[in-house]
Amino acid sequence: MNLNETTVTKDFHLEEPLAPKQTRLEEFWLLFGQNRLAIMGLLIFILFFCCAIAGLFLTSGSKPIFDPSLIRLEEKLRPPFSKPNLDLLEPNQVPTLNFYLMGTDDLGRDVFARMLQGAWVSLTVGFVAVGISVLIGIFMGGIAGYFGQHYIKIDHILWTLFLVSGTGLVLLDVTLSGAALLLLCLAYIVYVVLTRHRSRKKAHSSWRAMLHTNAVSVDTLIMRIVDIMLCFPSFFLILTVVAILPASIYNIMIVIGLTSWMGTTRFVRAEFLSLREQDFVAAAKALGIGNFRIIFRHMMPNAVAPVLVSATIGIASAILTEAGLSFLGFGVPPPNATWGNILSGGKNFIFDAPWLTFIPGITILIVVLSFNLFGEGLRDALNPKLRERH
Amino acid sequence: MNSKNRNNHIILCVKDLKKYFPIRRGFLQKISGWVKAVDGVSFEIERGKTMGLVGESGCGKTTVARLILKLLALDQGKIIYQGLDISGFSEKEMRPHRKEIQIVFQDPFGSLNPRMTVGQSVEEGLRILGIKSHTMRKARLEKLMEMVGMSPDSTDRYPHEFSGGQRQRIGIARALSVEPSFIICDEPISALDVSIQAQIINLLKDLQDQLGLSYLFISHDLNVVGYLCNTIAVMYMGQVMEYASAEEIFDNPHHPYTQSLLAAIPDSGPGKKLEPTLLKEDAFDSSAALQGCKYRSMCSIEAPRCRKEQVLFEKIGEGHFARCWKAMKK
Repeated sequence: MNLNETTVTKDFHLEEPLAPKQTRLEEFWLLFGQNRLAIMGLLIFILFFCCAIAGLFLTSGSKPIFDPSLIRLEEKLRPPFSKPNLDLLEPNQVPTLNFYLMGTDDLGRDVFARMLQGAWVSLTVGFVAVGISVLIGIFMGGIAGYFGQHYIKIDHILWTLFLVSGTGLVLLDVTLSGAALLLLCLAYIVYVVLTRHRSRKKAHSSWRAMLHTNAVSVDTLIMRIVDIMLCFPSFFLILTVVAILPASIYNIMIVIGLTSWMGTTRFVRAEFLSLREQDFVAAAKALGIGNFRIIFRHMMPNAVAPVLVSATIGIASAILTEAGLSFLGFGVPPPNATWGNILSGGKNFIFDAPWLTFIPGITILIVVLSFNLFGEGLRDALNPKLRERH
Repeated sequence: MNSKNRNNHIILCVKDLKKYFPIRRGFLQKISGWVKAVDGVSFEIERGKTMGLVGESGCGKTTVARLILKLLALDQGKIIYQGLDISGFSEKEMRPHRKEIQIVFQDPFGSLNPRMTVGQSVEEGLRILGIKSHTMRKARLEKLMEMVGMSPDSTDRYPHEFSGGQRQRIGIARALSVEPSFIICDEPISALDVSIQAQIINLLKDLQDQLGLSYLFISHDLNVVGYLCNTIAVMYMGQVMEYASAEEIFDNPHHPYTQSLLAAIPDSGPGKKLEPTLLKEDAFDSSAALQGCKYRSMCSIEAPRCRKEQVLFEKIGEGHFARCWKAMKK
């Protein structure tokens, strides 16, 4: 009887039809495709990407095809689509296209070549800065969300303080006191490691017990750091840092990255807090899977959707920040062209040569707009609540 | 049966398990009280047998499950699994023993990772088991899917493509992937259609026969528990009120709460009908949790003694325990 029942259930079950196979990617494309603005954003994004890559190859090297730094003083402030005066130019000064597609600036440099070069700068600044901020954001948010309930003890704070201030003093050439602090810190760590086995069983003496009291939870610490970072007007923070550090494109990328990770941290933490309570995470723990595999294999793929959206919009704001910095003269140093400093150079000639202002300005507008539209489209397509409607 | 032999027989023994959750209030998050989710739960499960844990919603059944799995840290008590006291184990010490005890969840929608294919989810367990070769894992995976009655070609699909019953089968396959000897079924059928409930129950029974598994079956459906379980523990507000073999609970219930639960079964057959006046209506009083018997505000046979004294969980017959003065006198 029992055996019969089993075969019946199994047979019945195997015949149960499965829903037509549709991956999440297909579902995503179906939803994304309905949003025309987002598709347009994506297309412009791809176009911009190709231009930037092409720009890198066409404008660099010893003999570039489009030379962004070639000065032709005879040909300054030429409007777009104008033909060069071939009588005045030497053969190597003739523009590659035989006309100035986007005109020339006040030193007679080809604006099209400069825009191409600037596209690469904008692209790398956008992607690297956002890459840095997303990495920091995922790391901090992941720790706050997953290990948030663990407490940091007073001695942890003390020796971190010693370590940081010691390293700082050594770097500032106050070697003696710096080394003393580092040694103190090292001695404490050695002491803790040596007494670790004993301390678990024996009661602590009162001062060690005090050092072992829980000071603040990991979650509180990280989220308050986020709050503090958000209090700074970030553009002025960047201005200050850039004024101190030597001007280079890498410093700008790093600084933009280091001042924009807070949003991602909040997103990732919020996602992790809700994911941590889900049954599939409990099941993974019950199977005996390690913490890092749970974080990166089981939880992270479920938490990336909002991060992806904020990263896309973050690229737009990083491009905008870089253009703003360059416009103020704090950006990428002069021989390199960026959209910001083309704009800044053009503002003196806005009535004589409006294209110097409008071409980079409108390009920035279009690129930033397309990134934002693409980001919004991503958000709509990845949002499970919107998906249920279909 | 001598004690050593008996200990070998017992796969899981839980003694006086307690878990209190703090209630935090105000700006400084001061602890203003405690929710006694699990307040002194004790039971034993024999190897190859099934114990049912029944009780109303919020009485701490799931917390007991999570405590046994060590997903929650317990406050007091002992969990002895196959003679090994795992109650004091740290996360690190626990990890090698994790695969021994597995769980099947109530919600078939939340229990599978939506971003992993079903095959990947089940394969995680095979990795833990230490099967390195990809082809061996694949073969084992297909075997597991077949065991739970799923076709092997469903492994590269995502959870949202399956129905609730199918997902519950996949959840069972995942639990089986690490070859456990003890599985906690946390209301595995309460989210399913009645027709599918029967399939899952039969599947669990077949697996027990084939693999010699032991179950802790958590449910609030007494009919199912009576059909599936060898012993039954009845919980109320974090305490076990009565614990006995399934026949004893159904034929000879001593605790008034058990009696009222049995009376509430819609159709328990002629001759078994109990008086439906065992429960005081709308009499639930949470202050009853503070002192004396926790059940007294609902109890039809409440006495002054129930208000003052802590009721002990005592033996009232062969393998029959109850937490009631009246039951002891019988």
